[in-house]
Amino acid sequence: MQSLCRAPARHSRAPAALLFLLLVLPFLSGCGFNTIPTQEEQAKAAWSEVLNQYQRRADLIPNLVETVKGYAQQEREVLQSVVEARAKATQVQVSVDSLADPEKFRAFQESQAELSGALGRLLAVVENYPDLKSSQNFLALQAQLEGTENRIAVARRDYIEAVRVYNTSLRTFPTMLWAKFWFTDAKPFETFTIPAEKMDTPKVDFG
Amino acid sequence: MPHNRMKALGSRAGGILLLLCLHMLVLLAAHSIAAELPALTGRVVDNAGIIDTETERALTAKLEAFETRSSDQIVIATIDSLEGEAIESYANRLFRAWGLGQAGEDNGILLLVTVADRRMRIEVGYGLEGTLTDLHSKLIIENTMVPAFRAGDFAGGISEAVDDIIMVLEGNAAELEARAKRNQESESALPLPVILFLILWGTFFFGGMAMSLLAPIFGRKIGPGRYEWLGMTIVVGGSGRPRRRNSGWSRHGGFSGGGGFSRGGGFSGGGGSSGGGGASGSW
Repeated sequence: MQSLCRAPARHSRAPAALLFLLLVLPFLSGCGFNTIPTQEEQAKAAWSEVLNQYQRRADLIPNLVETVKGYAQQEREVLQSVVEARAKATQVQVSVDSLADPEKFRAFQESQAELSGALGRLLAVVENYPDLKSSQNFLALQAQLEGTENRIAVARRDYIEAVRVYNTSLRTFPTMLWAKFWFTDAKPFETFTIPAEKMDTPKVDFG
Repeated sequence: MPHNRMKALGSRAGGILLLLCLHMLVLLAAHSIAAELPALTGRVVDNAGIIDTETERALTAKLEAFETRSSDQIVIATIDSLEGEAIESYANRLFRAWGLGQAGEDNGILLLVTVADRRMRIEVGYGLEGTLTDLHSKLIIENTMVPAFRAGDFAGGISEAVDDIIMVLEGNAAELEARAKRNQESESALPLPVILFLILWGTFFFGGMAMSLLAPIFGRKIGPGRYEWLGMTIVVGGSGRPRRRNSGWSRHGGFSGGGGFSRGGGFSGGGGSSGGGGASGSW
């Protein structure tokens, strides 16, 4: 270092300063400057995957409804509730920029839970129609729906983990300092919660 | 001396930071070990002991041949019990822990059978979701595995399922070949510009250092701080940095980047991941 500082006799100061910056740059990222933006982007990417999988489920539903209609026309009520829940769920969207908004997030979660409930009722009704259950078309849709539900579960788990990591670094030392002084607009993200009524232990009644 | 004390303080702060970092590393490691998963001992991890040695050997050979052909990694795992966990989440955890499929391609497949729960699952990596769809997986489970398993023929059911999976993956022949080619290229050698850059960088970086260190040892002293070595006059200045007069010495030094990585005798996942594709079933 000393030899670097003595050099200006012949050279200008600029190269030395540049070299110093280049040397310091890795340390800057080493002390956590990059951590918050990186983790924020990871959480956002995980959220996009959640949306992607919910969208995939929504895309499967019209086909499913059509197929069930062909065999079980009289289940109009259940079918109608699925169609309505789907319409509602596709309207409530949470973009990556509003992940810190608890109201929006809760609305999204509720609308998707409602759709899950309606779908569950539809699949329960299907049990009464053996022809429908064994039709190739329905089997294919069922396999896709199961796969999608599982992908939603994985995407949600990944998102919860990414948000946990991000929120933790907003509140812990030393990354907290960067959040306080530099990334002042970084807010903790909302994450999935289990609604209170679902936490009750299910009652089993054999009548 | 205040200067010394400052220095001591600085080094202590550094030490504390280092400790913190170490602590975090340990925490991370503990977090990832928390759940006990079987070790990836080969392409067939038969912890439940339902596959006979003969079939296991045949399966391993078949899967190895398939990987060299297509770079797709198929692994079979059998366990006794899920201990209450859903097979979907267990399979996904296992898949990711093992890192099946090549990194970036995510072309792995895990065939998991749990004996006590009487459940099986085909977990498909991101990269193969379009080829081996959920429906294909479901059909393989329902039409191939379930009948054989019900008859008690685990080994037969599993090896037929593997045949089916390979058949589906090969059905998309063009994509299969393209993927194999991509992974061969990436596994062979570093691209030429990278090698050239590394050589140049190595020469600059280590060359100057080597010259200032080696010239006084091996060279001939021709003046105060001046040495002659390998036909060059090297000045080792007061700052400890050599200054070269003659050029033409950049031929030596540097390293070659050829070779590529070869996988040793053992088998390991390529670093792929899965997002929960595939299907499950029970018998």
